[in-house]
Amino acid sequence: MSRIVVWAAVLAAFVAVPFYLEGFWLQTGLFAMSAAVGAIGINLLTGATGQLSMGHAFFLALGAYAYVYFAAEPTRTLGGLGLPTPLAAVLAVLLAGAAGGLFSPIAGRLKGAYLGIATLALIFGGQHVLFNAEPVTGGFNGRAVPPLEVFGFVFADTPELVVLDVPFGVLERLWFLGGLALLGSALFARGVLRGRPGRAMNTIRDHEIAAGVMGVPVTRYRAAVFVLSSMYGGLAGVLLALVFQRTVPDYFGILLSLDYLAMIVIGGLGSVGGAVIGAAFVSLLPQLLTRYSDALPLVAPPGSGGVSPAEAARILYGAAIVAVVLFLPGGLLGLLRSLRQRLPGLRLSPLPTPSPETRSSHVR
Amino acid sequence: MITFLELLVNGISIGAVYALIALGFVVIFKATEVVNFAHASLLLAGGYVVARLHPHVGFWLALLIGVAAAALIGALVEFLIIRRSKASSHGVLAIVTIGVDIVLTTELTRQIGAEVLAMGDPWESGVLHIGGVTIAETRIVALVTATVLIAAFLLAFKFTGWGVAMRATAEDPETAALMGVRLGRVSLSAWAVAGALAAVAALFLCVFPTPGLDRSSSLAALKAFPAAILGGLDSTTGALVGGLIVGVTEALMTGYQDDLSFLGRGIGDVAPFLVMIVILLLRPAGLFGTKELARV
Repeated sequence: MSRIVVWAAVLAAFVAVPFYLEGFWLQTGLFAMSAAVGAIGINLLTGATGQLSMGHAFFLALGAYAYVYFAAEPTRTLGGLGLPTPLAAVLAVLLAGAAGGLFSPIAGRLKGAYLGIATLALIFGGQHVLFNAEPVTGGFNGRAVPPLEVFGFVFADTPELVVLDVPFGVLERLWFLGGLALLGSALFARGVLRGRPGRAMNTIRDHEIAAGVMGVPVTRYRAAVFVLSSMYGGLAGVLLALVFQRTVPDYFGILLSLDYLAMIVIGGLGSVGGAVIGAAFVSLLPQLLTRYSDALPLVAPPGSGGVSPAEAARILYGAAIVAVVLFLPGGLLGLLRSLRQRLPGLRLSPLPTPSPETRSSHVR
Repeated sequence: MITFLELLVNGISIGAVYALIALGFVVIFKATEVVNFAHASLLLAGGYVVARLHPHVGFWLALLIGVAAAALIGALVEFLIIRRSKASSHGVLAIVTIGVDIVLTTELTRQIGAEVLAMGDPWESGVLHIGGVTIAETRIVALVTATVLIAAFLLAFKFTGWGVAMRATAEDPETAALMGVRLGRVSLSAWAVAGALAAVAALFLCVFPTPGLDRSSSLAALKAFPAAILGGLDSTTGALVGGLIVGVTEALMTGYQDDLSFLGRGIGDVAPFLVMIVILLLRPAGLFGTKELARV
């Protein structure tokens, strides 16, 4: 019963957000949602199966650029297929999965940190292609992203739409789409983790040989999880492209991959909730520091020679990774769980999955 | 032909430098089973200290301090973080080193800013002509230094008490501990040695013909990762061969870039990673790595 109440409150808060918060926070929230989708994917791979991947940014890039290429009308210099945009989005996710599949001879056979180094090749190779395949990617300057259009409803600023006296621009409209995508991704991943595949993945992580003895096809599982995580990456990329409205190759570098690893370690390895909390932490931190840089000690506005907010955020969450592994092996999610156990009044249901909605209400 | 020879010599020289980095990486892996993603930042730290100090104390002293500083940072990372973490799996420890790397690299690149720091080395832009082949002096020095260091390291690994302790630990930590090997000391020294080697490598990555130490120098260091893994993470021979393969491939691909223009600009930077993928497809454990055998 209490669970239903909590979820209803969460839903209400989520729906209320676009009516009260300004564009800056909506955009930040959307970035966090897209990051959460991607982080769930890499948490399935790294957290639950123990396979390190430094190549997650590649699959985000693939999703983003594939969506643009499939959806855009061809111009004089840039190619495009001009497909209906929802179809383009689905194809982009499938393409990311297919690319993950092509990597499976390596993803299946290498384990742990070995795979991490091998996936560096994806990042550097991917960046090379993004900069050089100009007819598809637009090269250094990137490409504009065509807005998504579902059954005549366009996710863009025009045509104008006013709901309850609040103008609904692209961010407000995408807010609900992002929420749905995240909810779907989270539920699916939770299903995977709680079912047979999840048990098998955890066994592979904890003891590969034991997993094999119990009849888990280790190689096939590793490859399959890699494909699944690539598809999550692709979906996150599509969302990101829609929010950014422009794709630029520089963004999808190794730093982005490291961000994703930071998210799952800080949030909590191997669970959906951990990925979501970590994604919120890592994507909100730089924005918060930027926003309140005047009020904070040690953080200087960008360009003034001191520690810029972006740098401060990186140093903070780099240190957070170390601190979490040293002192909080379960990540922030583990911390929340142990707090809940110590405070009996707060005991709700066992381990409900935290959702993005609760995060947005913190922001307020 | 002349071009080819020049590229080959340059490739071997830069490959020897990569081998230095990869060697440190492999030593850490053998002693502690940790894949050290912070290696690039150790290198950057060593190079940064040398670049900042040489105007004040002269090049040789600066180099010495830089090497010591990188060794110290490596040892500190081991002592303060790796040793104390309760992480059950080595995969998680690898991620911890990523955290260390993020902190160090962010701070160092902030300090460097948009500057390009000269290393103040005595060879500057001198070149040697050997039978029509033109080679930068720095490249010769790099090759000689790397060879000497690697030889010294391998000899120490084989014949000193420290080397025996290191190899015993790599073989079986528990038994080694029972035999009186102090594991903490072994892993501490592994990190320090790796840091020192990385600092020397930093010097040669940033001297002529490269303009100097700048914020992208740590990316150059990342090329030593494929070197380490394509040779086999647990093999010192592998690190050497891997370094050479990566160096030569990179030099040749960059040198013949114009003939390879269909592959796009800057293919030389990607080449090491492509070679790594090809080799891993054929031999997942690397060229000289121990194949893990488990029959189920």
